[in-house]
Amino acid sequence: MSMPVEHDYIGFSLEVPSMENSGLNLKATELRLGLPGSESPERESSDDNNNKKKKGSAVVLSLKSLAGSGAKRGYSVAIDRKWVYSGNSGDGSDAVVPAAGLFSPTGAANNNGSKCVSGSDSGLCGPVLKEGGASQSPKPVVVAQEQKPHTHGSGPSKTQVVGWPPIRSFRKNTMSSHSAKNDDDSEAKLGLGCLYVKVSMDGAPYLRKVDLKTYGSYMELSSALEKMFTCFTLGKCGSDNVPSRDGSSESRLMDLIHGSEYVLTYEDKDGDWMLVGDVPWETTILWKGITKILQKEDRKQLTLLGFVYELTSPTRQSHQIAILLLMFTNSCKRLRIMKSSEAIGLAPRAMEKCRNRN
Amino acid sequence: MESTRSLSFPDKVRERVFAHLTSPEDRSSVSLVCKSWYDAERLSRTRVSIRNCYSVSPEILVRRFPNIRGVSLKGKPRFSDFNLVPSDWGADVHAWLVAFADRCPLLEELSLKRMAVSDESLEFLAFSFPNFKVLSLLSCDGFTTDGLEAIATFCKNLTELDIQENGVEDRSGSWLSCFPERFTSLEVLNFSNLTSEVDFDALERLVSRCKSLKVLKVNRSVSLEQLQKLLVLAPQLVELGTGSFSLEFSAHQFAELESAFNNCKNIQSLSGLLDATVRYLPAIYPACANLTFLNLSYAAMQSDELDNLLMHCPHLQRLWVLDTVGDKGLEAVGSNCPLLEELRVFPADPFDEEIIQGVTEEGFLAVSFGCPRLHYVLYFCQQMTNAAVATIVQNCPDFTHFRLCIMNPGQPDYLTNEPMDEAFGAVVKTCTKLQRLSVSGLLTDLAFEYIGKHAKNLEVLSVAFAGSSDWGMQCVLEGCPKLSKLEIRDCPFGDAALLSGLEKYESMRSLWMSACNVTVDGCRLLATKMPRLNVEVIKDDESDDSQADKVYVYRTVAGPRRDSPPSVLAL
Repeated sequence: MSMPVEHDYIGFSLEVPSMENSGLNLKATELRLGLPGSESPERESSDDNNNKKKKGSAVVLSLKSLAGSGAKRGYSVAIDRKWVYSGNSGDGSDAVVPAAGLFSPTGAANNNGSKCVSGSDSGLCGPVLKEGGASQSPKPVVVAQEQKPHTHGSGPSKTQVVGWPPIRSFRKNTMSSHSAKNDDDSEAKLGLGCLYVKVSMDGAPYLRKVDLKTYGSYMELSSALEKMFTCFTLGKCGSDNVPSRDGSSESRLMDLIHGSEYVLTYEDKDGDWMLVGDVPWETTILWKGITKILQKEDRKQLTLLGFVYELTSPTRQSHQIAILLLMFTNSCKRLRIMKSSEAIGLAPRAMEKCRNRN
Repeated sequence: MESTRSLSFPDKVRERVFAHLTSPEDRSSVSLVCKSWYDAERLSRTRVSIRNCYSVSPEILVRRFPNIRGVSLKGKPRFSDFNLVPSDWGADVHAWLVAFADRCPLLEELSLKRMAVSDESLEFLAFSFPNFKVLSLLSCDGFTTDGLEAIATFCKNLTELDIQENGVEDRSGSWLSCFPERFTSLEVLNFSNLTSEVDFDALERLVSRCKSLKVLKVNRSVSLEQLQKLLVLAPQLVELGTGSFSLEFSAHQFAELESAFNNCKNIQSLSGLLDATVRYLPAIYPACANLTFLNLSYAAMQSDELDNLLMHCPHLQRLWVLDTVGDKGLEAVGSNCPLLEELRVFPADPFDEEIIQGVTEEGFLAVSFGCPRLHYVLYFCQQMTNAAVATIVQNCPDFTHFRLCIMNPGQPDYLTNEPMDEAFGAVVKTCTKLQRLSVSGLLTDLAFEYIGKHAKNLEVLSVAFAGSSDWGMQCVLEGCPKLSKLEIRDCPFGDAALLSGLEKYESMRSLWMSACNVTVDGCRLLATKMPRLNVEVIKDDESDDSQADKVYVYRTVAGPRRDSPPSVLAL
């Protein structure tokens, strides 16, 4: 199997993914989930239209969209809009926080979202909002603002009702502003990170979300994604896959993702689709080291992401690691599992970018 | 003649006797006996609590009670907390301050809830009342930290400054530095509401010289390291609100923090814990032995974290948490806190449609099994069943406050798909002491029939997205003998329902109806028939003129108010 991609992902098989179209015929349900940089696409699939519409209208959790729009979690001066939940007025405060607190005990990271999203939002929202960000991002739930609150009965969706659920504005704003200001309060940002990104898979009828922060390596991420998207692949892997964590190539997840026909790509802030794995993923970062070592600029970026890793002992290269981590997480706006056939030509670019940043 | 004189009790003595009456109900009764008792009561009254600032005018108040030292005022309807009331609605405290300054210059305490307070008012207050001691602002808006500067600078006898959950414009933390160096009387300082960084040195000095400080609730800008220093200075604290509870600590620093908490033997209430980093939570364990109130509602915790913490809090009576703890966390509550009386579970992120988390009926059940003394609950959940609620109230029949919010409006029992009527029926039938009830979920008129019939002690009822017809509201108005506040939103109750309460409203504090089917004509009719009620209609811009989008009805002796903004139509 060969593919005109040349590099070597950490944790992935050294073999390049197959370029063959193995005959998965998903034409009928194939969805192009949108070109990089496009708006969150309308779901066209017949089933689950409602869900998708909801998802479509829900704010894309990708950082890019957060950057561009008033993030879903943002709260503007709600009073003006008579809205429960409106876009952030840009003071950088947005969702809540506590990192660990966000998973349900059952742990499927992608199912717990709540605040995390906001966590990253809020950071982004602040300054970026004003720039008008990536206009590509879909409008947040705020769109629903135009609707007046229903009278009873029809059970309007949560986000469409003013003042419901009945939580004091102060509490809402506080929860959303947990990662508050963009200024120097590094402690405020500690422990707040969640980095939710949308993951789409070609051919799948709906997207998933993952919290990048919960994974320690690309391997873990891939395996989690594999589990999530298993149901959409035909035949290749069953649910009893246990991805091996030692980076060996035996893991079927890699077969799935890389071995046969799918590659994991991500969309970075420039709107380019990059192959995952170029940037090393380090799990041992000394947070304090980061805040001390990084320049204010970088710290700001990290803040923007609202991204925090738990600390273990510092490594000699913590500085470097931090930068690299920043690069990946800073870059990653959306993950996309693409068909290998469509991934031609991505890798070299990724390498280049990587080199440039370094 | 002597005999005549001995028959009449000197007024002064009567006043002295009445001075010992503290309960407002007793005072009320006493004032009705006869004129001289009325006078003795009013002259000896030192505290007054006005639950609706428009029910009486400042002039009437100060004329009747010239010697008051403490006043508590509530302004806007409660639904203003949820942005249902225009920001210019009213409830400005200034007129009150002017009246007090004129007639009651010895005023010492002011507690305001949902009032509009401006910086000018705060300055006026600081200058007008030389003995001023206690200022408590809850859910107010309109002021900035500049106003607080005036308070800090000029209130030389201040003992309490309690700023909670307000819409305050936080311009800077410099207000804290305005307390004079010789100022030592502070006992309560709560600025957790504010976000700006305060000068820590000033705070440190303040805490150090105020030896009577009992309550200290700092804001997020105060770090753990700084908190530790404050604790060392004030080990006598009874209530503590931490700032940001996260920092990269060395083991030595952690030990110091733990030791500081260990020295705080008197802590009964703990809050804040913002951004709590799990690994530092154990530092607070030594201080938890006497804890009766734990407010974790700004600290999203997991179930196991909560379990670990609660193991150290055997005397806990009140607990506020976020629903991130999940049902499992609530099980931990049930097993660790047998003395629990109050539980509030807030939703961490109620607006995310895509992510389902939070608590269910299981969590509530678990708590009810483990905490038989539970009598106050506020519970935001994703799903509930009739059966669960019935079991819960069987386990805890002493509920006085039962506020259940099933977050999806109009949602039925998720197992049987039936309305939640039976759940609330069980509540009102079993909990005879029930004073406050908030209902949610899919409800028909039957629920209200139950409430009207059984809720004999109910004073406050909140209803949203419920009911099938006017009959529901009628049942409540014709039953519930002690009903004082009724708040309704998004229900199919119309003019007939509104007018069925004609005779009831004067015995109630207020009625709020929004997004119902009430018309302006209906309101007008009510206003005409009941002149001692103020009937106000708040118009939404886009709606049709005949609909009364929001109606607020309240009894008053002050007549129609003169300060309503254009959006409020006083009928």
